[in-house]
This record gives sequence, C-alpha cells and structure tokens, in this order.
Amino acid sequence: MTRKTAGPSLSYRLAVTSRSLAALLGGYLLASMASICIALVAPLPRVDATLTGLLLSFVVYLLAFIWCFACRSALRAWLGVLAPSVLLGLISGLAYWMKTP
Amino acid sequence: MKEGFRQAMAWLHTWTGLIFGWLLFAIFLTGTLSYFKEEITHWSQPEVRRHALDPAHSLEVAQRYLQDNAGHSGTWLIRMPNAREAALSVGYRDPDGGPRGFASKTLDTRTGQPVEARDSRGGEFFYRFHFQLQMPHPFGRWLSTFCAFIMLLGLVTGIITHKKFFKEFFTFRPGKGQRSWLDGHNAIGVLVLPFHLMISYSSLVLFMYMVMPAGIMASYGNDTGKYFNDLFGRNDAPKAAHVAAPLVPLPSLYAKVQGLQPGARIGRIQVENAGDSNARVTFTQSAADHVAYRRSANWTFDGASGALLSQGKPESGVMMTAFSFAGLHMGNFAGPWLRWLYFFFGLAGTAVIGTGLVMWLGKRQLKHAGSERLPGELRLVEVLNIASMSGLLLAVAGFFWANRLIPVGVEGRADWEVNAFFIAWGLSLVHAVLRSGRRAWGEQLALGALAFALLPLLNGLTTGQGLNHSLQAGDWAMAGFDLTALGTGLFLAWLAGKMLRSPKPMARRASRAAKKPSTETAGAS
Repeated sequence: MTRKTAGPSLSYRLAVTSRSLAALLGGYLLASMASICIALVAPLPRVDATLTGLLLSFVVYLLAFIWCFACRSALRAWLGVLAPSVLLGLISGLAYWMKTP
Repeated sequence: MKEGFRQAMAWLHTWTGLIFGWLLFAIFLTGTLSYFKEEITHWSQPEVRRHALDPAHSLEVAQRYLQDNAGHSGTWLIRMPNAREAALSVGYRDPDGGPRGFASKTLDTRTGQPVEARDSRGGEFFYRFHFQLQMPHPFGRWLSTFCAFIMLLGLVTGIITHKKFFKEFFTFRPGKGQRSWLDGHNAIGVLVLPFHLMISYSSLVLFMYMVMPAGIMASYGNDTGKYFNDLFGRNDAPKAAHVAAPLVPLPSLYAKVQGLQPGARIGRIQVENAGDSNARVTFTQSAADHVAYRRSANWTFDGASGALLSQGKPESGVMMTAFSFAGLHMGNFAGPWLRWLYFFFGLAGTAVIGTGLVMWLGKRQLKHAGSERLPGELRLVEVLNIASMSGLLLAVAGFFWANRLIPVGVEGRADWEVNAFFIAWGLSLVHAVLRSGRRAWGEQLALGALAFALLPLLNGLTTGQGLNHSLQAGDWAMAGFDLTALGTGLFLAWLAGKMLRSPKPMARRASRAAKKPSTETAGAS
C-alpha cells in the first residue's frame, strides 16, 4: 500500500483485482457451499440445519476474504477458495444422493 | 499489500473502509436514529395525541371501527399503542383501497375517531433508508447487507491491525492532529467493540435468507415458503365457511391472554374471516417483552366461540440464537436508559467510520501540505467526505424542517419531506465541490448547527407543542426530540468553530509532521 512515486505496476494492479474477485465471488461461492453442506449434513431437524448453515456462512465468507488478501499470490487466493468449494460440493452431493433414494 | 499478515490486513482495512465508508456512515447514522423511530414519528405527527394506555378500551375502539368500516374484508390488523407509540393503527385488506391492497388508519384511542395526522413517514423514513437506501427492491437490501459485511470485515481486520489495542486504548494524545484522530478512532472502536460486532453480524442474520439463499434452496428446493413456515411456525387460517357468526368481543380475548401470560403486552392482533364461523384471532406479544424475537409468544383463538386453539410453537436452540441476534439488533426490548445507550453506541459506530475517513485523507494530505491544490483523487475523497458527513446532517435537518414548513394539505406531502432530504444532501455536495475543504466543512457544520438548534423554536411556533408545552405536559418523546436537536446544534457549533477559527496552527502542525520521518506503522494508514 506504500505507493511508490511511479505508482503501482500494472501486474500489481491486476493481481489486486484478481484477489478482489477471488474474495468477492470465490468467497461467496465457498460460503454458499458451506451453508449447503451444513444444511444437508448437520444431524439436526431440517429447519435447524438450514439455519445453522446460514448463520455460519458469513464466518466462512469472512475467513475467505481474509485468506484472499493474506496469502502470497493471487493464484493461491483462487485455489484457497475454489478447492474447498469443490470438496464441500462433493460432500453435499453425496449427502443429497443418500437422502433422496 | 505484500509483507506480512498484519500489513495485508491493514491494507484491506484501509481500502474497504474507504470505498464503503461513505455509505456505511449514512447507514449507521440513519440506523442510530431508528432507535428512536417511534419518538421521531411522534414529533413528525404531533396531531396524534397520547392518552393513558388502556389496552382493553383500545381493542374495543378498534373492533368497533373495523366492524363499521371493514366488515367485508377478510383480514384485519390492529397495532396497539404502547409506551413509545401513541397511535392505535388499524388496517384491513381491501383490494380497492390503499397501497398494495391494504388500507390503514390511525385512531385516537379515546374517541375511536380516525386522526387526521399530517402525511409524513417520520421515523419510518430513516428506518427504511438504513437498509433499503431508497433503492428499488431488493438492491438496497443487498447493498446495505454487503456494507454490513464490510463493516464486520473492517472490525476483524482492524483488530488484527491493532492487536495491541488494549494498550492503545489507554493512549490518547489530544491536540496532535493526525495522531489524535487515530487515537480517537481506536478508542471509540475498542470501547464499543462488542456492540459493533453484534450490530454488523446481526444485520447479516436479518437478511441472510435474501443474500445467502443457497442453503435454503438445497434443503427446501423451490418451496422456500415451507422454510419460513418451519421457521416461524405459522398456521394458516382456514377458508371462510360463509356461515355468519358474530365476532367475540376482542377485549374478552385480551383478558384470556392476560390469564395465560400475566402482564404480557400485546403488540398486534390479526383477525381472519371476521363475522364468519371460521374466524381466527391471533394475539402477538409485543417485541418489547423479550430480548429475542419469539415465535412462541402468540395465541390463536376461534373468533366465533372465543376458544383458545393454539399457541406459537416453541423455539429450538438454533432458532433462539438467530432470533436473539435479530432482537439485539432492533433493540425493541430496551427501556429508556438502554435505548439511549443504544443511541450513543450507534453514534460511536458512526464516529468510528467518520474518523476513519478523515484519517485516510489526512494522512495523504500531509504529503501535499506545501502545494496549493490537492491531487484530483484526494480532492474527490475530500468532497465525498464532506458531503457524506456534514451533508447528511444537513439532509436530516432538511427533512425535519420540511416536516414543519410544508403545509398540511399539500398533495404528496410525505414525498416532499423525503425530497427535501435528498435536495439538501445534493446541495451540500455542490457546496463541497465549490468551496475549499476546511471552509466547506466549517460552513456546512455551522449551517447544520443553526438548523438543529432552531428546530425546537420552529416546533414551538408551528405546532404550539414546543419545549414550554411538552416539558410541562410530561411529553418526554416530544421534549426529548427537541432537546436532542438542541444538543446536536451545540455540538455542531463547537465543531464548526474549530473548523472555521484556526486553520493556521493545523497547517503548521501538518507541515511539521510532513517534515518528520514517518514513525507510524503501516497499520495506521
């Protein structure tokens, strides 16, 4: 953030933009996947499980945001939100398939 | 934004704070005003008279009015007056009357006659603005909820940045320009940190069904109505049987509720199929009776026989968690002292955002202390800072002046009050563009000081319910509004004085600070 006299380079700007998108969109995807997974997997009545997923999704979003700006590169930012999303998606898919015979 | 975790978090804190700070300031200020929504509405509609509370009599009055005027309607809604709200409101579904097929009237609790109050949104305007931002549905709610998320992010990144905040809390260095702003920002931020965390997280909880629908869709499919039925435990009333049967007197049902839950204050009563053998009457306990929203606190009666049919379903632990956040956010349970505490905490939140914005600019201005003009982007931030802070105060004052000055009979009067709010805001933006930074601040704050300090006088002259009357009559909502306006005026006058009087020492200090090598950590940006 300490701006040099010449201003930040183009690649720096692109990297920041990429991280921001990873945080905004990737983070939202991860938060959504987490809320779906909790809603389907948590051993609670349906409404309670859904509610728990919603309540916790914002914590996931927050952590994803922090990760995207704290990690070493924009690529890691994307990996850090997409990989867990895929994993949560797989678990949710499995849970959904087991629930609907 | 490289080098280390804390530096990265400071960067995130700084830039999200800048981009969303202006909007967050407006959301926090109008949200803070909403803690006195009913009191503001009382001031905006002085025609609605306050009488001693008598729920049974109010119900009798409401029932008589609705039977005379809304016998044909399938749904009645009665909102009871309470310690804070003088109005007894009745509404009924009527395809031909009122907006969205719902007609509503305000009744005088003593006479039962409709009160012809001036057309005004009152406190409801600020309340709606703070989460809808005057945007079409659902965009305002999305944007304000996202702002709340950014606020939560700002708090967490702020804590990480200032991880020694308990030590820093006891460090206040007044009269030292930029340093004082930072100390103030930290001190206020830490002092009310629990409130800040609660208020921003709970705003997410309030609208989570809108902004995070994936979980609901995954377990309920497209039938989201089922989710809400499960959550709120609603029972739909049966269809009308088309067999006439007189509705039992509502006061008798009120007495039954008092037997079931002694001392319960009733918030609203819903009557379905009045005058039919399938009539249903639901009493809902006032939100002021519990911290958390309670879905269990309602009783449904057979409207023809008067028999108790059901009580609201009990809440699960998860529900109580969510409902507690909702209740804490809205603060309906708060008595006068706690309500003032809410108000001051809200102001503190507004101040944290405001000081943050001022600091962002101040720190960067130091580098240009010698030159005459600010670079374009800094000037833009300066103008937006002025318009979003002192300009918003002028807009709020404009709303209240319009409330007293627009003649009562004018068509679309309530809309003109809202227009006055936005016109005042727009003019303050123009003014901020035309004047230099300090002068714009000073002049707008001075005008705001006048506008607020003179409100009690204006109220006294136009309605005859000024402080001399309200203090004597013990009308504390009216008097409290006027006194708060006066206090706001004095505070703004003090601020304006600081801004207008002594630009010299500040400039000297600034240039001195610019010469000094910066000793601040990256976190202070």
